[in-house]
Amino acid sequence: MSKTYFDETHCAYGHPKSKFMQWMLTIDHKRIGIMYAAVMFFYFFIALGTAFMMRLELLAPGAQFLDGDSFNQAFTLHGVIMIFLFIVPGIPAIFGNIVMPLMIGAKDVSFPKLNWFTFWLYVVGTLVAMASLFTDAGFADTGWTFYAPYSITTGTNVIFTLVAAFILGMASILTGLNFLVTIHRLRAPGMDFWKMPLFVWGIYATAWIQLLATPVVGITLILAVMEKYFGIGIFDPAKGGDPVLFEHLFWIYSHPAVYLMILPAFGIMSEIIPTFSRREIFGYRAIAISSASIAGIGYLVWGHHLYTSGMADTAKVVFSFLTFFVAIPTGIKFYDWIATMYKGKIILSTPMLWALGTIITFTIGGLTGVTIAMIGVDIHLQDTYYTVAHFHYAMLGGVAFLLFAGMHYWFPLVTGKMYNEAHAKIAFYLNFVGFNLLWFPMFIAGYYGMPRRYFDYLPEFQIYHQVSFAGAVLFISGVIYMFVVFYKGWTKGEASGTNPWNATTLEWHLPTSPAPLENHTKVPYVDFNPYEYHHGQPVVKFDYKTMQRID
Amino acid sequence: MSHEYVPEIATDRDGKQHEVQGWQDDFYGGKLGFWLFMFTEVLMFGAMFMALSYYNTLHPQEFLDASASLNRLLGGINTVILLISALTMGLGLLKMRTGDVKGAKLMIWVTMLLAVAFLVIKGFEWRAEYHHGVFLMHDKLLADSSFPLGEKLFFGLYFTMTGLHGFHIIIGIGLMLWLLKRINAEKVRPDHHILHWNIALYWDIVHLIWVFVFPYYYMIGAGGATGGH
Repeated sequence: MSKTYFDETHCAYGHPKSKFMQWMLTIDHKRIGIMYAAVMFFYFFIALGTAFMMRLELLAPGAQFLDGDSFNQAFTLHGVIMIFLFIVPGIPAIFGNIVMPLMIGAKDVSFPKLNWFTFWLYVVGTLVAMASLFTDAGFADTGWTFYAPYSITTGTNVIFTLVAAFILGMASILTGLNFLVTIHRLRAPGMDFWKMPLFVWGIYATAWIQLLATPVVGITLILAVMEKYFGIGIFDPAKGGDPVLFEHLFWIYSHPAVYLMILPAFGIMSEIIPTFSRREIFGYRAIAISSASIAGIGYLVWGHHLYTSGMADTAKVVFSFLTFFVAIPTGIKFYDWIATMYKGKIILSTPMLWALGTIITFTIGGLTGVTIAMIGVDIHLQDTYYTVAHFHYAMLGGVAFLLFAGMHYWFPLVTGKMYNEAHAKIAFYLNFVGFNLLWFPMFIAGYYGMPRRYFDYLPEFQIYHQVSFAGAVLFISGVIYMFVVFYKGWTKGEASGTNPWNATTLEWHLPTSPAPLENHTKVPYVDFNPYEYHHGQPVVKFDYKTMQRID
Repeated sequence: MSHEYVPEIATDRDGKQHEVQGWQDDFYGGKLGFWLFMFTEVLMFGAMFMALSYYNTLHPQEFLDASASLNRLLGGINTVILLISALTMGLGLLKMRTGDVKGAKLMIWVTMLLAVAFLVIKGFEWRAEYHHGVFLMHDKLLADSSFPLGEKLFFGLYFTMTGLHGFHIIIGIGLMLWLLKRINAEKVRPDHHILHWNIALYWDIVHLIWVFVFPYYYMIGAGGATGGH
């Protein structure tokens, strides 16, 4: 095997002997991806615990064990972790790192040392965010959106969270930049843009959003810091500022960020559906272009968060129209996936189950989003549980479900082992049933007027909160069950072989599983489409010593 | 690195050989990455310019008054200094590419001196403003002062943006020092000068931002407090 780096440890600095330091300093994209996953799921469980605490508090009307202020801090902690630490970096940082270079036949990302630096920048960001939990003033209580002027005047430690969000944004920008250059420069010879797997397309569209939207929120947070600690006037009306300007600047980033989360998730879906239907994907180019156009249109819809904040009626109408518009490329994707399955040999393995489940949950999440894109309906439903249920259906039932799908799909690639499929399926059903039980009642409660972010409510809403609580118990058990299955699979699972799913893309054509350092034995020449099946069998076969086609 | 990087060869089905682009020695990739990074700088300052122009439309007269009170002579000298420094930076890169390492180093030193001169003049400007009672957390910019709201907004953004720009200048000086070190260690050579190229690009964006900052803060009130009407 020809090695292109100067030693076997692949470290940013020096040649450490200890295994531990080799991991800490590694520039290997696969190891960095695994470390991202470890850190992210650590925080994911903290935020999950916080959410469960809130559900417990809401089991009955009135204060149980959390007062209003602690409840405010709890939902801020939950939001900040889930958004900035988990789901925004989520799929790009984990699978963008582990899988994307393998899919395009590259040895690593374009700037491996920057990748290493970015990971540690991310870790520093997470620590800064958490640090305020241990200070006297306590964690921010503003909600993850930091709306001014409250974020300027609150006595809690909002500066930690603002600075952390800035650092995490910086890490996100650098990841996006790294992936953009990688995808432009390091594709294997012969692989043009129309031969890239669709996950790579998803990452590509995402990377542009990371690069172009994040700086705006970064500077907005800095301006808020300047206002709070250096007294400049910018968002506080008392100093002549305009709080609605903050909302605009914030959502100019944060709405594209929603697409930043979902696009790589759609990419995972586009990998799983053809593999387990044993059929070439329907409408490859339409899916690829719809990713790009979702990223593009996604920039122009932020105003739909501000229907009730004070905005010209003309602007509302334009934003409402553009928001409907973004549903079109999303719809195209869904029809393409369903058309791919038509007359395919569908195999209901765990990744496919998760993908099919997501088609249901995300459709609910997406279509309820279209209802609140309507100005009149939104005035009624703004800041109610309806909106909460909508974005949890889209984010948890869309992005996180597909992240889990991807984890089941690429588990053998990363570990070289196979988990117990029967148990993994039980975990899926627990999750799926629990999820719907948890969130669906909120649509109804929200429609009847249950406001979000309240720690107390009128007695008539109790039934919805009780059903939600039962769902939450099921869902959390499902998540824990799933991780137990993963853990057992990793420690005791059977060897999976290099291509357990009969998939076609390049990451399944590695000489060993888990993938060796520097990936493919030799870089292949790509003169084939990513998902070529014939009679349910992959068309393209390689000799893994020379990486020449032998079909 | 003692090992010379040799690009891999991929062979297609007809036996034709294709050179593989690795992440090592990717001059074009390095440039592309840095251009993309500069994009983020533009968006960051762009958002602030947007806030600035929004408040300008709300308080047009107060913005003119505030602008009129800035020191156009010092600001103008600083603009000229930055433009010249962009020239010396570019000349340094040209010299590096033609193999004149010594000349390139000289030009980087000149650029650095000009950058320091810029900061010193900027410091005098801020000092004068401080003595007029206009500074962050001070006198007229305090929340309870009777200074007009429009001027408060103007100066708040003025200190934020020129401060952030000055911070970029400081970073630039650090980068140039690092570049000199790399040149002395022969890590940056005429045949391998991507670092020099990118730092020159960075310096370009720093002076370009100033080219927009200067007219918007200093020149809109140049016709006196009436804005020339």
